Amino acid sequence: MSLRTVIYCGVCSFPPEFCEFTGKLKRCKVWLLENHPEKYQSLYGDAEVEDAAAKLAGSSIGEEREEKLEKDLLKLQSKQENREQRELAKKLSSKVIIKREARTKRKTMVAIAGLEVFEIDMKKLAKTFASKFATGCSVSKNAEKKEEIIIQGDVADEAETYIQKLLEEKGLKEVKVEQMDMKKKKKPTTTTPTPAA
Amino acid sequence: MFRKEDVHSRSNVKSSVQRTLKTKLVSQFPKLEEVIDELVPKKSHVELIKCEDKIQLYAVDGEVCFFQKFDELIPTLKLVHKFPEAFPTVQVDRGAIKFVLSGANIMCPGLTSPGAQLPEAPGLEKDALVIVKAENKESALAVGRLLMSTEDIKSINKGHGVEMIHHLGDPLWTFSVE
Repeated sequence: MSLRTVIYCGVCSFPPEFCEFTGKLKRCKVWLLENHPEKYQSLYGDAEVEDAAAKLAGSSIGEEREEKLEKDLLKLQSKQENREQRELAKKLSSKVIIKREARTKRKTMVAIAGLEVFEIDMKKLAKTFASKFATGCSVSKNAEKKEEIIIQGDVADEAETYIQKLLEEKGLKEVKVEQMDMKKKKKPTTTTPTPAA
Repeated sequence: MFRKEDVHSRSNVKSSVQRTLKTKLVSQFPKLEEVIDELVPKKSHVELIKCEDKIQLYAVDGEVCFFQKFDELIPTLKLVHKFPEAFPTVQVDRGAIKFVLSGANIMCPGLTSPGAQLPEAPGLEKDALVIVKAENKESALAVGRLLMSTEDIKSINKGHGVEMIHHLGDPLWTFSVE
């Protein structure tokens, strides 16, 4: 006698039989078809052919209750889908802003704002930045009471590529990462004077 | 049972403690004896994770296999799926699945209807640990404790039958040992 291996759905983490109760059934089905086609066949393959009648026969809780259950599940599913769509739209419409600010003379710092929408752990990211660029890096609140990552040193470009990679991994390639330069004008006295003088 | 996981401390388990753990498991679930070496291999890395409310989790090679509150060891569903034969089982009907997955206690009617199954007489005593299966489904979906004996469930058929301890999708299920 040996241990059994169980397939777990990559979308909802349940055994595939229970996917229908999570409200993510559509995505679960796609995943299962791609990864375990034979399992898909046994679960969903014949159900579509033989229609709901066979399903009812196999169930014991009566037609009425089965119908209600089905309806509830459908409702749950559409609710979940709507929510996911909303969240995705929100994510796509927001953007990450990387600001490069000058401090004194040749010293600069970089502030990254707008990450909280993407479910990125800012504290952890700050830590990785700190070790990656060998600089000081922290999370602090900016003027609008939003959290942002402050990196000391001129690493705006590197940070941008890193964040873009991070977003790509999450499947959010279209999100805009914007870089802004808040450099003090180097020689304000020479550029600003009007030609009138 | 788990609202939110809150890890207080984690430590590696000595191999001697690991041995006692194995004997305890076998004494609690005799059928596990055949596969215990497969479940907890000799060279495996067992970690003890202490959580809030004196709950302790045992993770074998990065997968939570048991947890413990007070004295009794309770298998997690990951383990139950691997070897379901070792544990006493009850089955609920299709209508109950939805509620079980959201963490409700199981009511008696859901255990006695045609789609459900209870062990034959003499059945199980009150307070026994059971795994909960569902109609037409192969895998278990919850672990619970009987609030009345299975014979009582059959005869009284009212009120709470099984107290929910652990179900698919609860914080323990989603808990990951980094």
